[in-house]
Amino acid sequence: MSKSYYDPADLRKFGNITEWSEELGTKFFDYYNSVFQEGALTAREKSLIALAVSHTEKCPYCIDAYSKDGLQRGLTKEEMMEAVHVGAAIKSGAALVHGVQMMNKVNKLDG
Amino acid sequence: MAKLKIQSLHKRDSELANSNRQLEILSNGIFKTGELPKFKDKIAEIGQFPLKPRKLEVLQINVGYMCNQVCEHCHVDAGPDRKEIMTRETMQQCLEVIKNTGAHTLDLTGGAPEMNPNFKWFVEEASKAGIKDFIVRSNLTIIRANKKYYDLPDFFKKHNVHVISSMPHWTRGKTDKQRGEGVFDQSIKALQDLNAIGYGVPNSDLKLDLVYNPSGAFLPSDQASMEKDFKRALLEDFNIQFHNLFAITNLPISRFLDYLIASENYEDYMYALVEAYNPMAVANVMCTNTISVSWDGWLYDCDFNQMLDLKVASKVKHISEYNEEVLNDRNIVISQHCYGCTAGAGSSCQGSVV
Repeated sequence: MSKSYYDPADLRKFGNITEWSEELGTKFFDYYNSVFQEGALTAREKSLIALAVSHTEKCPYCIDAYSKDGLQRGLTKEEMMEAVHVGAAIKSGAALVHGVQMMNKVNKLDG
Repeated sequence: MAKLKIQSLHKRDSELANSNRQLEILSNGIFKTGELPKFKDKIAEIGQFPLKPRKLEVLQINVGYMCNQVCEHCHVDAGPDRKEIMTRETMQQCLEVIKNTGAHTLDLTGGAPEMNPNFKWFVEEASKAGIKDFIVRSNLTIIRANKKYYDLPDFFKKHNVHVISSMPHWTRGKTDKQRGEGVFDQSIKALQDLNAIGYGVPNSDLKLDLVYNPSGAFLPSDQASMEKDFKRALLEDFNIQFHNLFAITNLPISRFLDYLIASENYEDYMYALVEAYNPMAVANVMCTNTISVSWDGWLYDCDFNQMLDLKVASKVKHISEYNEEVLNDRNIVISQHCYGCTAGAGSSCQGSVV
């Protein structure tokens, strides 16, 4: 048993989750694979969205997977970092926009 | 000439310059402990061991390991310091074979094949044999490297040579990282020169294809979508056109193996190759329709086996004793590097195989 919560080698075992619930696991992977097929968005665009969300979710497995996926799809460092900034901007904006709630409350109590 | 960043393994006296050491690494570690299955066992599962050739279609001749570039991941370990160059005498032996072969494709490679002093003579003589598809793998920068090579595009055109060139990315940064500083700009200029005389233009008979191989420890993505991205970017940015893009997987040998080990990516990369193993690709791997000839005339199942000095398992081992019927009855020599040709959509010198 690993002494760390996260082991990079566990990413390779992701598919094993079907062993304990084949139906749900299979449904998940079917869905997942369908989502990443080329559609109205290209696979490259989807890869960039996945990379940004991997960061906002702070998922180390996803960051490993979609950094590699981005390279495989020919994405440049600049494109990948811009995507991460988009995620970070939404995260910080999501925190900051609550400042309006604070202002509302302060104005109500002490306006 | 492009500024050189690294030296060949041979020049550095690296232990990986020794092909036996490379084969040892590929057979030990995770493959010895059984953590990953050996290639032999994997293809035995689908009844493909021993791997046998199909009809010979491609005769690939390596005319020398000398090159004006020192690319980071070169599986040939080519560079300006390599002195292995095919002699005119061996070329004569190759010409005899070219006249009589059943193969429809002749594929000249290197190094930079154009640096062989007898290159033009050899192309002129070989083109008389009337082979359907006559390929020269040109690294592009050689065309701009020295005045004596400036006429290469016209020379290729005169002999209806099919030009295939490496281009790791449509951006300067990624290309120069892998192939050396300045390579991108010179490659762009060479592609524009080739376009100007009709190479790579839609519907032109003058074929110009590009080869993409990843710049690091990851596998190539889908060939068709990469081709779309390359075509869009090269046309928009440089008004360059080409016919097909071949996506090739880096095989874990020579300088790429050295890079994988030094960057601590070796095990992860081998896992990635084994996980991407596609049984559908096995029947069409290039060693099943190709014979590779080295600068000194020895025969191999493919260019990668040539670099690992794994000669064909046949009574006929040298171009001087070439016999297609006898050769076609051989078992193909394999090791763990072969996973590189069966990953995903498969990989060959002509790109994906499924």
